[in-house]
Amino acid sequence: MCGIVGLFIKNKALEPRLGELTAGMLATMCERGPDSAGFAVYGAPKSGKAKITLQSPDPDTDFDGLAKAVEKAIDAKAKLEIKSTHAVLTCPADKADLAREAIRAGHPSIRIMGSGDSIEIYKEVGYPTDVAERFALAKMTGTHAIGHTRMATESAVTTMGAHPFSTGPDQCLVHNGSLSNHNNLRRELKHDGMTFETQNDSEVAAAYLTWRMNQGLNLGEALEKSLEDLDGFFTFVVGTKNGFGVLRDPIACKPAVLAETDDYVAFGSEYRALAGLPGIEDAKVWEPEPATVYFWER
Amino acid sequence: MRSIDLEKTSLRELNSSLHQLKDGTNETEWEVLNPRGQHSVAVGVDAPITVTIRGSVGYYCAGMNKHATIVVHGSAGPGTAENMMSGKVVVKGDASQYAGATGRGGLLLIEGNASSRCGISMKGIDIVVKGNIGHMSAFMAQSGHLVVLGDAGDALGDSIYEAKLFVRGKVKSLGADCIEKEMRPEHHEALSALLEKAGVTDVKTSEFKRYGSARKLYTFNIDNADAY
Repeated sequence: MCGIVGLFIKNKALEPRLGELTAGMLATMCERGPDSAGFAVYGAPKSGKAKITLQSPDPDTDFDGLAKAVEKAIDAKAKLEIKSTHAVLTCPADKADLAREAIRAGHPSIRIMGSGDSIEIYKEVGYPTDVAERFALAKMTGTHAIGHTRMATESAVTTMGAHPFSTGPDQCLVHNGSLSNHNNLRRELKHDGMTFETQNDSEVAAAYLTWRMNQGLNLGEALEKSLEDLDGFFTFVVGTKNGFGVLRDPIACKPAVLAETDDYVAFGSEYRALAGLPGIEDAKVWEPEPATVYFWER
Repeated sequence: MRSIDLEKTSLRELNSSLHQLKDGTNETEWEVLNPRGQHSVAVGVDAPITVTIRGSVGYYCAGMNKHATIVVHGSAGPGTAENMMSGKVVVKGDASQYAGATGRGGLLLIEGNASSRCGISMKGIDIVVKGNIGHMSAFMAQSGHLVVLGDAGDALGDSIYEAKLFVRGKVKSLGADCIEKEMRPEHHEALSALLEKAGVTDVKTSEFKRYGSARKLYTFNIDNADAY
């Protein structure tokens, strides 16, 4: 089944409430995906700084002294903010690749969940409200957020199998559905140099979009192309640094509701997810059409 | 009038109160407040009462309805009035996928748009949609009427049996074995009665086209005997 929520804020005054509103939306989708949950939050980018979200099964050991070790490797200041099993490493943007390499080489048990100017990604196995609380989602601020509650079908219930999947800088994807040609597509994408962390079908969709965007397409164009190349059931919600996209497959079995006001664009697998948003009574609420790309950019 | 606020009363309590009502009950007027997209609101009602729902509902609202009039002042999620037996269900906003699926009787009136698979496998229900309907509507529809004042999406009436479809706007494409058919006087009459029942007074039956089964798919053809 799975549940998806997304919030793309248009009115700056709502940005401080991004986490609180997203947490409220996510909590309504627990029954749709009780086995794990995750979310990507796009905060205000700090000029010249990059953020790398890390995860460890043993955070006490792995994150201890990590900032110092990275600073030594990149020869620049690095800050580590620990949140439960995750940590966000902030370092100069021009040193981000170096920092990632240093972590991969020196700390094999640490996983890189995502990186970019503004994205932070948190995901874990557990009941969605517990996961949200663990990372204090309600206190987060920013411009847009995408959340997912997972009921696993295609691969194991693990942290890395939870959504969102991030396969490129400031990019993330969540998926409700199941793809049927993901094994072939994974092979083709690997051949073109894409790397994968899991056997999950949704990660292939994320990597596919990254691969398309690497070819110079924008998110909207990449989503259009995916209609030709992805086979299966899907409702996708996708985030980039400045953008927010929604796409359903041509059969459109997987539910989706969009709402838009002057203040925000919101996505929910069901209307329940949107019922608590400010001004929802007067919002334009509609069901996205099948095989139609919806795409907002700041 | 009994007013139930779903912020204060559980859905199970509401539905259980509705299920206790029998024919001849004096409690004929019900109002439901703050549904906030909850599933299965007023499912399985079996009494001649009126339930007015103030707000949008989730999956399966008014499913299996018998005798009751249920009015949703908002939009409705997937499976609205699924398997309705009789009575009347009105959605003032839009309805999601498979509204009126497998319905056996009664009237489902959707004042906004209905999305995909509206009236899938309908078995006698009458559905009137003032807006548009999505793809694969009336798939395997067996009997009853589907009236659409707006447009229909792809593959209308795929594998249809004997349901009658009337569409006023454009049909994006017809499904397998569904064809346009002549509007004879009895069809104008039936359509006119349905529009009246739905309270639609500003359109003429001559504005509609009728669609139904070519009867080549579900009937046995002796020329195909070798295939069995």
